[in-house]
Amino acid sequence: MGMTIGEKIIAKAAGVKSVKPGDIHTVTLDRMMSNDGTTHLTIDMYYNQLKNPRIADKDKIVFIMDHNVPAENPKTAEAHKKMRNFAREQGIKLYEGQGVCHQIMMEDYVCPGELIFGADSHTCAYGALGAFGTGVGCTDLLYGIVTGQSWVLVPETIRFNLTGKLPKGVYPRDLILTIIGDIGANGANYKIMEFAGEGAHNLSINDRIVLCNLCVEAGAKTGIVEPDDKVIEYVKSRGRNVEHMFISDDDAVYEKVYNYDLSKIQPVVARPDFVDDVIPLKDLGRVKIDQAFLGSCNNGRIDELRVAANLLKGKKVKEDVRFLVAPASNEVYLQALEEGIMDTLMEAGAQIMNANCSVCWGSCQGVIGENEVLVSTGTRNFKGRAGHPSSKVYLASAETVTRAAITGYIESQEEM
Amino acid sequence: MSKSRVWKFHNDVDTDQIIASQYLLLPNIEEMKGYTFESLDPEFAQKVQEGDVIVAAENFGCGSSREQAPSVLKALGIKAVIAKSFARIFYRNAINVGLPVLVCKELYDDVEELEEVTLDLSEGSIAYGDRQYACTKLPELMQTILDKGGLINYLNNSEV
Repeated sequence: MGMTIGEKIIAKAAGVKSVKPGDIHTVTLDRMMSNDGTTHLTIDMYYNQLKNPRIADKDKIVFIMDHNVPAENPKTAEAHKKMRNFAREQGIKLYEGQGVCHQIMMEDYVCPGELIFGADSHTCAYGALGAFGTGVGCTDLLYGIVTGQSWVLVPETIRFNLTGKLPKGVYPRDLILTIIGDIGANGANYKIMEFAGEGAHNLSINDRIVLCNLCVEAGAKTGIVEPDDKVIEYVKSRGRNVEHMFISDDDAVYEKVYNYDLSKIQPVVARPDFVDDVIPLKDLGRVKIDQAFLGSCNNGRIDELRVAANLLKGKKVKEDVRFLVAPASNEVYLQALEEGIMDTLMEAGAQIMNANCSVCWGSCQGVIGENEVLVSTGTRNFKGRAGHPSSKVYLASAETVTRAAITGYIESQEEM
Repeated sequence: MSKSRVWKFHNDVDTDQIIASQYLLLPNIEEMKGYTFESLDPEFAQKVQEGDVIVAAENFGCGSSREQAPSVLKALGIKAVIAKSFARIFYRNAINVGLPVLVCKELYDDVEELEEVTLDLSEGSIAYGDRQYACTKLPELMQTILDKGGLINYLNNSEV
């Protein structure tokens, strides 16, 4: 029986010839990532609960501070201090204020064929480079840190055959939100979402990150785009080697197969408070907003900043609207500065934030108040996700978000 | 076996509802637990008692990988979470911190909030009134981790 990409990666990590869904395997992890959302708890457990505290391989571990950066209160500052000190003492690589963890991992670490655990649900993004990234809690991560290993229940794979190209003004963000709307918030629970076909290969690495990153919003263990020459080119351009490029076998077994023609995808919006409450933008009606946010591991890269700058050139952000922009990493930020994008955004009245998770996770910056409405390129629109429990979050593409910042309304082009 | 009071939760209760982002960097679970389910019921942490259970519909614990979610429930004395289905990261995290999670399709539709059920965790069964509900069995490894009281104990026990 043939295997899917995800099954092949697990088999490699388990040191066995083949695996099948439902099997449980002990695996050796290629890499582990932990951010400031939970690392302070991991360190407490390391010191206070382990009988034999040790680190299997410090070079496989990356700590990234991105959730509450810079610290907004003394308790956060203490949590950060703990993380900083532990990294220093143990010789673990630490990034602080350099960007959102997943973007840093893409830029500096992820290689095709790797099995990576991250203490953050959006670790599933790494499938954009043909890797198996999955989110775990801090106890699972600690077990990995100590033993270098973990266990995996091999998931079934759902195949998405993509054909064609997205129309102008439609983005991979619209595609993945459409898919989540179609299959539901648990439509891929404990499954691998595998994207293949010429439509997938037409997508840039940036676009593939957008696609894979949100797979957890359908419950998936990971999302993987069939890797190709674009992956090799990207990884090599970052100074890394490609050792394992796994492609699904022709006789691989899928739990389900979906076909999506990208040319049929249209701009969509996910309504509060569920990521799978997705409707076409044209059917939404006009929704007045208080704040717009462009950023996050899903949608804060140079491609999205370019979209915003092109729309904002010579225009102003609506007077009673705040438009907050947080580049996904400092590398993205510097690129945007070089291209004059930040000049355009600032002249239009946008507030530029440091590279971090920012408004997307509603704890540190740009939090919204009672009954306020936010349109966001963030990852989630759960109740109270960006601030007060009565506030509302709509998820949309960079174009829809920027247009709303200009007019003060989420609305389709037809209405404008 | 002692009886447990039921707290009911709807479909797709995400981990942001269980414990909101703004509390995650507090120093420890004890400081966080008072904010459990704050957005859905600000008094929940005061009302809940040791030994109570959560009975939820589909996809309980979806969203973020924050382990603080099962940890605050355990710290409040929640004996188990029983749901029609769980999101995968929450499910795994719950077992890792030693919080029993039971998949049961029928109980949610039968039981009302604050009614009492009797749990037999070793059998994976629930009694409500004169009805018995069988829950889906965990794979052996996960059951072992849970029986040890979580992944850290499991690890410590396996150390020579």
